Amino acid sequence: MDYSTSLALLAPEILLAVSGLVLLLVAAWGGDKIARFNTIAAAVVLGGAFALVAPSVCAGASGPDAVAFGGQFRADAFAGLAKLMIFAASGAALVVAPRFFGRVGATRAEFPILVLFAVLGMSIMVSAADLITLYIGLELNSLAAYVLAAIRRDDERSAEAGLKYFVLGGLASGILLFGMSLTYGFAGTTNFGGIAVAVADGLSTGQLFGLTFVLAGLAFKISAAPFHMWTPDVYEGAPTPVTMFFASAPKVAAIALLARVSLEAFGSQSLAWQQIVIFAALLSIVIGALGAIGQQNVKRLLAYSSINNVGFILIGLASGTLAGASAMMVYLAIYVVMTIGSFVAVLLMRDGNGDQVESVSDLAGLSTTRPALAWCLMALMFSLAGIPPLFGFWGKFVVFQAAVEADLIALAAIGIAASVIGAFYYIKIVKVMFFDEAVDTVTGKSDTPHWALLAICALLISPLGYLLIGPLGNLADMAAASLAVAF
Amino acid sequence: MIGIEHYIVVSSIIFVLGVLGIFLNRKNIIIILMAIELILLSVNLNLVAFSAYLGDLTGQIFAMFVLTVAAAEAAIGLAILVTYFRNRGTIAVDDVNRMKG
Repeated sequence: MDYSTSLALLAPEILLAVSGLVLLLVAAWGGDKIARFNTIAAAVVLGGAFALVAPSVCAGASGPDAVAFGGQFRADAFAGLAKLMIFAASGAALVVAPRFFGRVGATRAEFPILVLFAVLGMSIMVSAADLITLYIGLELNSLAAYVLAAIRRDDERSAEAGLKYFVLGGLASGILLFGMSLTYGFAGTTNFGGIAVAVADGLSTGQLFGLTFVLAGLAFKISAAPFHMWTPDVYEGAPTPVTMFFASAPKVAAIALLARVSLEAFGSQSLAWQQIVIFAALLSIVIGALGAIGQQNVKRLLAYSSINNVGFILIGLASGTLAGASAMMVYLAIYVVMTIGSFVAVLLMRDGNGDQVESVSDLAGLSTTRPALAWCLMALMFSLAGIPPLFGFWGKFVVFQAAVEADLIALAAIGIAASVIGAFYYIKIVKVMFFDEAVDTVTGKSDTPHWALLAICALLISPLGYLLIGPLGNLADMAAASLAVAF
Repeated sequence: MIGIEHYIVVSSIIFVLGVLGIFLNRKNIIIILMAIELILLSVNLNLVAFSAYLGDLTGQIFAMFVLTVAAAEAAIGLAILVTYFRNRGTIAVDDVNRMKG
C-alpha cells in the first residue's frame, strides 16, 4: 500500500483539515464581519466531505482495501456511516447557529472553524484502528469542544460550562490514556489487530485493567452513567446550538469508537467487557429516567434524556454481536434526528424580546398559542419515549431484538421496564403543553431555517420514517459487516 | 535492580495523586489543571517504561503525541480559566456553582 492510496482514503479528513486552516486565516484577516461567509463555507466543506464518504458506505467498503497508513486508519463502511451522521449533525448545528448568535450578539467567525476541527477529530476517531490515532482524534474533538462550550465569553454560564467540561473531559482523557498505556504495555502493541492477537488466549490482569480504564474513559465521553455528572451542567450552560452539537455528533463518534475498540481489539474477550457495558447501560437508563423527573430547565431535561438514550444504545453494544452493532447504528441515526429536532424546538422557544426561554413551565398551553411547535415537540417527545407509531420506537425495537437474540433476555426486560419510567417525563412535557393554562411566554418571531430543520426532523420521525427502515437497516448491516471483528 | 513493576507502581501512584487532586481539592482551579498534568505525566512514564521494557519504539512516539496534546490542553484550559475569571472574579472551586449538578 503506497502513500497515494492511503492519502486517497483520507480525502474527507484532508479536505476538512485544509479548509479548516484556510478558513482560520480568512477569519484572522476579516474578523467577525465575515462570520456569515465562514459559516456558509464550512457548510459547503461538510457537504463535500459527505459526498466523498457516501460512496464507500454504499459500496460497503471493508477489508485490506480500506486500511490506510499501515493499519493506523480504517476508512471502512462502519466509519463511513458514522461519518455521514457526524457531518449531517454538524451541518445542522451550522444552520441554526448564526441566527442564535446574531440575536445574543456573540457572532464569532471562529465558530464554524471550531466545528470543522471538532468534526475532523471525530472523523479520525471513528476511523481509528490504532490507539495513537484514537487518542489524536479524540483530543482534537475534545479540545475544539471545550472552546465551543465557552464560546460566549461574556456569559457566566457559558464560561462555567466550558470550565466544567474541560476539567472533567481532561480527567476522562487521563483515565483513557492510562488504560491505553497499560494496554500497550501488556499487549505489546497499539494496533487494534495486534491487540486482538495478544488477547486471543485470555486477558492478563494488566490487560484487564487497561480495558477497564479505556472503557471508563470512553464512558465519560459518551456521558454514560456512572460518568454522566458533567452532562446536565454542560448542556445547560453551553449556548443552545453548541448543546445541540454536543448531544448529536460527538455521541455518534464516541459510541462508534467504543464499538470498534470493544469488537475489533477485544472482540474475543467479550465476556470481560460485556458486564461493564451492561452495567453502564442499565445505570444510564435508570439515572437518565429518574434524574429527568423534576428538572425545570428543558436543556437539563434533554441532557438526562440523552443519558437515557445512550443506555439503550449500549444495550445494542452489550449483545456483543454484529447484529448488535448494526442495531446500535440504526438507533444512533434515529437518536441524532430526534435530538436535533428537540434542540431546534428549544431554539424556537423565545419570548417577545427574542430572548430564549428554557423553562418547562414556559411551555404551558403551547398547543393553543403555537400549535405547530407544540405538535412537533409532542411528536419528538413521544418518539424519544419510544411510543409505537413514531420512529423512535423502531430504534428501541432493534436494540432489544439484538439483545434477545444474544440471550440477554433479562437485560432487555429491565431495559423495557426502565423505558416506561422514562416515558413519564416526556409525557409530562406533552401534558404541560396541551392541558395546562396558557402562559403565552413563547411569542417571539420564528426563523425559516429553524422551522425547515424542525419540519425535516418531525417528518423523519413520523410514521413516514418507517419507509427508511429498509435502506437504513441495509447500510447498518453493511457497516457492521465491515468491522474487522476478532471473535 | 529496578524492574518494570517499579515503574508501574510509581506511575500508578502519580496517577492516583492526580485523580485525588481533582476530587479532594476544594481550593482553586489552577490546582486542578496541575492535577490533570500530573495524570498525563504518569501516563508518559508508563509509556516510556513499557517502551524500554518491550524494546519497541511505539510507546515513545505515543509519549511525544501525549506531550504535544498536553501542551495544547493546558493552553486551552488556561484560556477558559481566564474567561471564567473575567466573568466571576474568582477561581475558587466552591464558587463554580451557577448551575447545580
